[in-house]
Amino acid sequence: MVKVDKLNKVAEQRHGRLGLTDEQVLDMYRTMLLARRIDERMWLLNRAGKIPFVVSCQGQEAGQVGASFALDRQKDFALPYYRDVGVVLAFGMTAKDLMMQAYAKADDPNSGGRQMPGHFGQKKNRIVTGSSPVTTQVPHAVGIALGAKMEKKDFVSFVTFGEGSSNQGDFHEGANFAAVHKLPVIFMVENNQYAISVPLSKQVACEKISDRAIGYGMPGITVDGNDPLAVYEAVKDARKRGNNGEGPTLIEVISYRLTPHSSDDDDRSYRGREEVEEAKQKDGIYSFADYLRKLNILTEEIETKMEKEIKKIIDDATDDAENAAYADPKSIYKHVYAE
Amino acid sequence: MPVMSYIQAITQALHEEMERDEKVFVLGEDVGVRGGVFRATEGLYEKFGETRVLDTPLAESAIAGVGIGSAMYGMRPVAEMQFADFIMPAVNQIISEAAKIRYRSNNDWSCPITIRAPYGGGVHGALYHSQSIESVFANQPGLKIVMPSTPYDVKGLLKASIRDEDPVLFLEHKRAYRLIKGEVPEEDYTVPIGKADVKREGTDITVITYGLCVHFALQAAEKLEAEGIDAHILDLRTVYPLDKEAIIEAASKTGKVLLITEDNLEGSIIGEVSAIISENCLFDLDAPIKRLAGPDVPSMPYAPPLEKEFMINPDKVEHAMRELAEF
Ligand SMILES: Cc1ncc(C[n+]2csc(CCOP(=O)(O)OP(=O)(O)O)c2C)c(N)n1
Ligand SMILES: [Mg+2]
Repeated sequence: MVKVDKLNKVAEQRHGRLGLTDEQVLDMYRTMLLARRIDERMWLLNRAGKIPFVVSCQGQEAGQVGASFALDRQKDFALPYYRDVGVVLAFGMTAKDLMMQAYAKADDPNSGGRQMPGHFGQKKNRIVTGSSPVTTQVPHAVGIALGAKMEKKDFVSFVTFGEGSSNQGDFHEGANFAAVHKLPVIFMVENNQYAISVPLSKQVACEKISDRAIGYGMPGITVDGNDPLAVYEAVKDARKRGNNGEGPTLIEVISYRLTPHSSDDDDRSYRGREEVEEAKQKDGIYSFADYLRKLNILTEEIETKMEKEIKKIIDDATDDAENAAYADPKSIYKHVYAE
Repeated sequence: MPVMSYIQAITQALHEEMERDEKVFVLGEDVGVRGGVFRATEGLYEKFGETRVLDTPLAESAIAGVGIGSAMYGMRPVAEMQFADFIMPAVNQIISEAAKIRYRSNNDWSCPITIRAPYGGGVHGALYHSQSIESVFANQPGLKIVMPSTPYDVKGLLKASIRDEDPVLFLEHKRAYRLIKGEVPEEDYTVPIGKADVKREGTDITVITYGLCVHFALQAAEKLEAEGIDAHILDLRTVYPLDKEAIIEAASKTGKVLLITEDNLEGSIIGEVSAIISENCLFDLDAPIKRLAGPDVPSMPYAPPLEKEFMINPDKVEHAMRELAEF
């Protein structure tokens, strides 16, 4: 009797209906929180003059983590953009790796201190190396998916970019190519309402970024980026389609960029504080925590312990990175070509 | 040894490489059913099927970018730009991405893509079907630029490019496609990237060039021999990075150097060749370094007399060689 009741209870829960266990949603929450706390620490380190640059994930963690958990993180390829701390953590990058990157130390797995923070890449976790010109990763994701099709492998490639970046030719060329050749690609636009200072209304004239999918003959869907479960569901469906040979999907995830564009930006010059405050009230991290608290999955005890553990991880990572060595200046001559 | 045309050598190299390695595939506009607008990929579609001979949408950045993605994944793409002139939409992918993937990832990722493109003039192609585009890419470490002149080199260098662990821009002179014929071994061989080749031994003057101009120089050298002028001709074959050693050796040999390119003069490959010679061969030179190139106007016009004015030809080469010999 007790068993049946428990099952029924699970069935009523949104995550249960999506096939997610309590442990998995707690892990999702923990990953979101870790991303947020790392990001917050980086701002402190930047303002303290310890690291030269931060570009933030704040406000987008829920969508990033919800999406990543819907993927097969042992198989699928991720082509993240600079805000995707949530994605790379979910794919296996560690807080220490990210701190090494922030400090540009030799042990930064992304580039050994060659690239700015936010330029992710780690082959062992199938996180594909990225650059600064926006949207160039989109055709790469299509090429990787082409590899899946040619080699009859069942992975998908998952690529993210901002709504402003969805104006670049590479988005349109890549989306069209993937749709024509029915390739397993998930295009995820993280629509955070701004491209540096330029608001959405000055980026596109269509109602939704996902409307752009129509032009390429693929499904386009818009979901609430503060709801990790909604994003999870959308990406799960897209993955299934990709695996079934039904081609790519465009998913627009609506969020709000809670920080300035980067540590070099001052957003007070182009948006009001009320707007930012209002967005903070809808922060996906808090609403997801609420959801988990109501179900007693996130208890006070678990929460305190989690915060404590995360703080320790970040403290240690920061110390390690601070004390780590830079790459040898003579190493700049290496790896221009295969050796 | 069978004699074949420059373009047949390309087709043969592609066939053999696709047979050798299942990861090799071609993608581009009209490369499939049609076999390419120049027929370079003829027969590949029939033999290897549509998954390995991919007719892509008309979008160059995607042709390069999708190729790059597949190369990062582990495939060996051979991407075709229908004309080198139309590589411009893909410049960002080639320079910001392909050329820098190994370096920016600290050797974690690599990008073994070959991008083929027909370039060059003398085919009534006007401004946008005649250009030499190598100098756009010739200061991009991480990239290699190969520009063969003979069918033998074409086959060996294309195979070497496909097998190379890094991105290679493989530029084919479109006028040479059917004009230039030569002996090509049937067996498998490669020609090393980054090595220039002496195409004619001589003692009086040195000509350093690449592509179709190698043939113009060879023709002129035959004529000048009768006048007692013995020309040494070095074919660069790879224009980036340059074979400095071979350039220094060839320049020092005669002390009189003529550099030829079909590209616009200023900022062209031969400017760098000239710098290498000036830095290294001052005391071996018996004449100022001489350059013969296209004029500094945007590109070659369509009308025959205008095209002729722009384009390098055997007469212009012969004239420049004689002048240098008489210095
Ligand atoms: C091709 C290119 N142009 C300009 C920039 C400078 N830039 C960096 S981020 C950015 C705004 C991107 O906005 P969006 O795509 O909405 O992403 P978000 O930063 O909002 O997440 C700009 C203009 C760039 N990196 N690349
Ligand atoms: Mg944005």
